[in-house]
Amino acid sequence: MSNQDKKIRKPLSRKVRNGITAALVTGLSLAILILFLIPLFYGIVTALKTDAQFSQIGAPWWPATEAQFEFEGDTYPVYLVPMEDGSIRDMALVVPGRQESQFVDIENPEEGLITWQGSWRALDRDWEFDPQWGNFREAWDTINFPRLLWNTIKYAGITTFGAVFSSALVAYGFARFRFPKKNVLFMLMLSTVILPGAVTLIPTYFVYLQLGWVGTWLPLMIPAFFGWGTNVFLIRQFIMSIPLDLDEAAMMDGASPIRIFISIILPQAVPALTAVSLFHFFWAWNDYFNPLIYLVGHPEKFPITIGLTAFNNLYSGQTNLIQAASLISAVIPVIIFFFAQRIFMQGVVITGVEK
Amino acid sequence: MTVLDAARSLKTEAKEPMTEARKKEARWGLFFLSPWMIGFLLFYLLPMIASFVFSLLRYTPAVPEDTVFIGLANWERALFVDREVLLSFTRTLHFAAISLPISLFFALFLAILLNSKNVIGKALFRTLFYMPSMIPLVATVLIWNGVLNEQTGWINIIIEQLTGIQATGTQGLRWLADPNLVYYAYTMFGLWGVGNAMIIFLAGLQGVPTELYEAAEIDGASWLTRLFRITIPMITSVIFYQLVLGVIGSLQYFLAPFVLNAGTGFPQGMTRFYMVYFYKQSFSFFNMGYGATLAWLMFIVSLILTIVLFGTAKYWVYYAAEERK
Repeated sequence: MSNQDKKIRKPLSRKVRNGITAALVTGLSLAILILFLIPLFYGIVTALKTDAQFSQIGAPWWPATEAQFEFEGDTYPVYLVPMEDGSIRDMALVVPGRQESQFVDIENPEEGLITWQGSWRALDRDWEFDPQWGNFREAWDTINFPRLLWNTIKYAGITTFGAVFSSALVAYGFARFRFPKKNVLFMLMLSTVILPGAVTLIPTYFVYLQLGWVGTWLPLMIPAFFGWGTNVFLIRQFIMSIPLDLDEAAMMDGASPIRIFISIILPQAVPALTAVSLFHFFWAWNDYFNPLIYLVGHPEKFPITIGLTAFNNLYSGQTNLIQAASLISAVIPVIIFFFAQRIFMQGVVITGVEK
Repeated sequence: MTVLDAARSLKTEAKEPMTEARKKEARWGLFFLSPWMIGFLLFYLLPMIASFVFSLLRYTPAVPEDTVFIGLANWERALFVDREVLLSFTRTLHFAAISLPISLFFALFLAILLNSKNVIGKALFRTLFYMPSMIPLVATVLIWNGVLNEQTGWINIIIEQLTGIQATGTQGLRWLADPNLVYYAYTMFGLWGVGNAMIIFLAGLQGVPTELYEAAEIDGASWLTRLFRITIPMITSVIFYQLVLGVIGSLQYFLAPFVLNAGTGFPQGMTRFYMVYFYKQSFSFFNMGYGATLAWLMFIVSLILTIVLFGTAKYWVYYAAEERK
């Protein structure tokens, strides 16, 4: 009997134990996640507040305005008034007085004026939930978001095309051909990834200045068309995993390497090309230093990053608008990420872990 | 590791006479490489050499006719006269010493947590922890700037509510104005970019052979023993890669101090990092000769740091590939 009991209880208790562990570990993850995302909640909530709410003492943490009540043609502020029976009623202050004041109950205004003993100044205001969606509209217009967005898309789009196409060519060269000093060249290419950009900056700036290109998009776009270290690496890894059979068959048929690259390699490398395009697109989307240097004094050409910084400097007092503008700038990347997260994460893994 | 690998395979490069077919193949290979080779010449090699030449000049773009060759005067100034060079570099290292361990530890911790079979809804957690990495860095800095506001920011309000210690106001935690706290505040901005490192660590963890854990479990090894004796040693190569990228990246740290304070170094010069100082000299004062010197110095320092890191690698980094040979 007792033996049988043990047999039944043991697997059950293990199941329960596992369940408790799972609940604890998941709960821990959830707690960390909530802490991690607090700034985002803060940003959303703050973006929906009025300017006035920041300076008001006793204002709630959520977007709200002080309640008002219309009574006999005038508007009066609403207070939380403790009544003699212990309840708290929302009442509008009609006739304020030092010792006693006259209120009207906003739920039954037909009751007329109610006299309340005590100092109305000690009462708390009644706040009502009132999100200011118009802040997003205002931030959008003030920052001229459509223009920033168009500039950013143009910059990110053109450089992505250039960087991915040229990197695919170079990657094909590294993946499929044997030539002397290939490894030295490959190492040299990888080392450009960790080279601090500053060391080449001043002479290139000097040349662009002589060419009259400072203040235009050209210095930001042209270098992208000459291969890009991390992109080459990622695409090369992928091409090396494509079987050689098709290349060889095409070569037998007399196809040139250019032909093979266009009709065999590129179509098969689409997953890698997509990942690299996404990476590069958001790298350019985030780029701050280069536009700062080359586009200074040309606000009509600013991308989102620089536009947002300029906005922050001009409107530093208006926290709600700054939060709204920041969130607007984050919407597009976050949405694309949710749709393409698998491609993203795989790409990160290839550049980060594989050799 | 990528560079190490390439270096390792250098030795095995075959030396055989080139046939006509091989010559043709090599020509095609170099043809496909040509965009990169031209780019390397135009955007890396020549500018680097030119940068060194600039470091020997006094040059201001506004008055180009004033350009004079001044020999090593810029170098002398940077190394021995201008105290701000060493100070800004020390600040950069100080910040890196705080932010790098915290962010690497956080990434690794999240990866281990989300690799656990005990977490329900792992995929969703990964997505949500990765998501802030997609928010443009400028927006991240501005959002954190708000949430860390000493008066109205939620972080201080929450601390005050939970502990009862006065955290808000001028006597409270002035995250961005207190020289002792500002590096921790900047570290927090960085935590929102934890996504990439987390994913890379996760992939590393999934690459650890399960036989090792099974064997350890049979031997009765505890969870902690398995973590420190199996998991962490097996992913040292991934940790190493993140460390190298992190060190190089922190030397070039620029964005947050620039977005928040236009590079003034507020508070008390604490955020005038090396890259900020380089920008000031080169593009605010337009001392481009001196700027080129500072850039070259940074290049030399990051080269030394990289070599040192790679030198330490053989003592603590484990590469599974070597075992297979």
